[in-house]
Amino acid sequence: MNAAGFPILSLITWLPLLGGLVILSVRGDEATVASNARWTALWTSLIVLVLSLVLWVKFDPTDGGFQFVESLAWLPQYKVGYKMGVDGISVLFVLLSTVLTPLCILASWESIQTRVREFMISFLILETMMVGMFCALDFIVFYMFFEAVLIPMYLIIGVWGGPRRVYAAVKFFLYTLTGSVLMLLALLAMWLYAGTTDIPTLMETKFPAGMQTWLFLAFLASFAVKVPMWPVHTWLPDAHVEAPTAGSVILAGVLLKMGGYGFLRFSIPMLPDASAYFAPFMFTMSVIAVIYTSLVALAQEDMKKLIAYSSVAHMGIVTIGMFTFNEQGIQGALFQMLSHGVVSAALFLVVGVVYDRIHSREIARYGGLADRMPAYAFVFMLFTMASVGLPGTAGFVGEFLVIVGALQVNFWVAMLGGAGMILGAAYMLYLYRRVMFGRITRDDLLHIMDLSPREWAVFAPLIVLTMWMGIYPSSFTGFWDASVAAMVKHHLAALESTVKLAGIAH
Amino acid sequence: MNWILALPEIVLACIGMAILVFGVLRKQDETQLCTMFTIGGFLIAGLLVISGAGGSGYHGQFVADSFAAFNKILILIGGALTAVLALDWNRKEGIGRFEFPVLMLFATVGMMIMTSSSNLMTMYLGLELQSLALYVLAAFARDDVRSSEAGLKYFVLSSLASGLLLYGVSLVYGFSGTMDFNQLSAMLTAPSDASPGLIVGVVFVLVGLAFKVSAVPFHMWTPDVYEGAPTPVTVFFASAPKVAAMALLLRVMATPFGHLLVSWQSLIVIMAICSMVLGALAAIGQTNIKRLMAYSSIGHMGYALAGLAVGTSEGVRGVLVYMAIYAAMTIGTFGCILAMRRQGKSVEKISDLSGLSSNDPALALALAVFMFSLAGIPLMSGFFAKLYIFLAAVQGGLWTLAVVGVLTSVVGAFYYIRIIKVMYFDQPGEAFDPRPAGLSVVVAATGLFTAFFFLFPAPVVDAAQVAAKVIFR
Repeated sequence: MNAAGFPILSLITWLPLLGGLVILSVRGDEATVASNARWTALWTSLIVLVLSLVLWVKFDPTDGGFQFVESLAWLPQYKVGYKMGVDGISVLFVLLSTVLTPLCILASWESIQTRVREFMISFLILETMMVGMFCALDFIVFYMFFEAVLIPMYLIIGVWGGPRRVYAAVKFFLYTLTGSVLMLLALLAMWLYAGTTDIPTLMETKFPAGMQTWLFLAFLASFAVKVPMWPVHTWLPDAHVEAPTAGSVILAGVLLKMGGYGFLRFSIPMLPDASAYFAPFMFTMSVIAVIYTSLVALAQEDMKKLIAYSSVAHMGIVTIGMFTFNEQGIQGALFQMLSHGVVSAALFLVVGVVYDRIHSREIARYGGLADRMPAYAFVFMLFTMASVGLPGTAGFVGEFLVIVGALQVNFWVAMLGGAGMILGAAYMLYLYRRVMFGRITRDDLLHIMDLSPREWAVFAPLIVLTMWMGIYPSSFTGFWDASVAAMVKHHLAALESTVKLAGIAH
Repeated sequence: MNWILALPEIVLACIGMAILVFGVLRKQDETQLCTMFTIGGFLIAGLLVISGAGGSGYHGQFVADSFAAFNKILILIGGALTAVLALDWNRKEGIGRFEFPVLMLFATVGMMIMTSSSNLMTMYLGLELQSLALYVLAAFARDDVRSSEAGLKYFVLSSLASGLLLYGVSLVYGFSGTMDFNQLSAMLTAPSDASPGLIVGVVFVLVGLAFKVSAVPFHMWTPDVYEGAPTPVTVFFASAPKVAAMALLLRVMATPFGHLLVSWQSLIVIMAICSMVLGALAAIGQTNIKRLMAYSSIGHMGYALAGLAVGTSEGVRGVLVYMAIYAAMTIGTFGCILAMRRQGKSVEKISDLSGLSSNDPALALALAVFMFSLAGIPLMSGFFAKLYIFLAAVQGGLWTLAVVGVLTSVVGAFYYIRIIKVMYFDQPGEAFDPRPAGLSVVVAATGLFTAFFFLFPAPVVDAAQVAAKVIFR
């Protein structure tokens, strides 16, 4: 069947949903239900994590194709199947999702006190949808997971969010839905052209150049909102600020990667001509995003909002890398997505720590925390440095590779993208200074507690990952070397064949 | 003369008359028993439809094929579920009379004849049998002003539409000399075969039927009638008659006038676009959930018409799948609306739902599933309904329709998720009265169908495929 000997991807995908059903069946008074829900959710997500580690160990990095492929007839008469599989590009995103979910559940252990059962069920459903989306090898199945993510996320923001949660939840929902429905039309057009929705087959299909342009624009509408690219990023700060900590973590850690993953999985391999045609446009938008949102981040008064804008800037680096179409650029984009998934998730958790204690995210409300919370100061510093891109941390490798890749294409893109890193250092260090240094001016900050063992348990894996990715990146890049090389080769071959065809026509 | 073909209709009509006699002769109130008999009658008719022979009878006026069977099964299921929902509600509202299930039954017979008609005359007979029963049903709460108003409004406007339809039929007959679908089809093999008078006739027929499916611009009656009629009647209006009218529209446009596609396609496209847009925009400002569902149904009919506009068997397949899924979603949603009772009185404001998720999590979950499904969010059945429609539209090259369709579905999503917002995000209000068991069963059954359709889509889609092949050859 596959390297693991059992349908491991389906198991990883659907097990959280099963856990959700178990939680649904719990009866008793409120405290019992809440405690049972927490533990069941934690254990389910940990089992899923262990299973995905099996995936990690058994994955063969030398193979650039899809592995652990499962296939079931679903709508055979329309050539639509339930097909799952991972390649070097998607396998680490599966892991990212399964690592972050238990951490989020741990982080919500005490901060979520109302409707705990429903929260845990939503989170497990969210995990199913995220993992399923990264594993799907059929476009219809992919689309279903891609859009179904909205349901649990809408509820998480809307039920457990901050004061303006309803506005943020509705905005999030409608923004992303508008993008996805246009992608649906593109998907239908591809389905009718190719006669199948099998993703590996679609990658080999050559779509006419005129059609590619329209398809690319439809995909752009969907993925650009998800990434998010300037100027359709405005839902993100709202959603981040209002979402509960765990929601922000998943939003930054995984949901933003869905857009980048979409570009890499669909736009670039399936529409090579249109991708090449639109690359300058994508560069322009990305560079604007990097510079503009970094400047906006400098002016923020709210910690979560600042990190949200920094996310937009970092994802701008990702889109620059992807559209260089060379190995360094794409590898850098992948690495940047992964490191951003860990680092920005960690930064939201860092904010969550003080928010749980003081119930404010306003930067001016804090100051001098380093005196009272040395361990916290250390953790915050580490992730700040990683976000800035200090060599030796996760953030450096990705940005460096992207800039190397961009230099081969266009000096100014590389130069302006690099300028974003400098601005990044500015706003992150400014944030750190205002929150951690100086004198404590408020009474409640004098008695603030340092990290609890539970919080250490949340941060420890992220610290290890951040350092590991920074010091020995090959253990991650090794996974996608073969896949990226195949992708770049495929892209160049596709462009060449177009040029040849054009030559014949003339 | 092969009268066996109409056995389900004949048997159902006889059962109806028997129940009527039974109800009149018994001195005490026998509403419950009559409802049970009616549901039994629907079951027997359903079995007869499934096992019945196919073919054309009554000198070609009546046809029993897989298209008719598909729609009849849908209509019968819709009727039976509505009868279950109506029983308890009517009793509590003091309008629990045995005529209610009987009228539903006769309307259902009319709908079954509509789906099987193969002649403009049979079509009209079925339509009128259905409509007459529905007029009475709309005004069934005779002491309630709103209900009487709804009945009267529906009667007047529907009669007008019937008049237009009859006028169209007479024009078609006058310019072609026949009312038989197959003969018309044989006569009109190319758009050039049709005289202008005949085209005018087709347009009038189309208008009459568009009124019945409440497509824009013939939708005006829908919000008032939906709001005014007793809620179980609204459930019925929104499900079975919609299926029947859409089936009739499909057959009339496809079989006799199928070769005139270029003549009527643009009309359907315009109606579809207007319905989708109006359904999406007008629903935003509603505060009454029944009125909101009326606009929502207008929008959904727009999506279904989009499938017809394509004019291929894929399009018709899309419409049939859509109607099946839509009927389940609507009955489920209205089941939830019927559960909205406080201290013995029914409430129908959207704000009455606030905080339902804490008072009654199961009902809130069911309604959330229906709302996400009506909005067309994946994994729910509503997504697949739209998928098949858009697939057909893209295949037919109707890009305008497809783009307008997906964009209006986003606008529509706004008001569907607003209901979820009210249920999940707002402060809880007073709890609703306990739900009757029958209602819970109906809501659970339709909810499970809606939520888990994605696991087993094949039976419905295959049946629709077979049915669609019959009428678009």
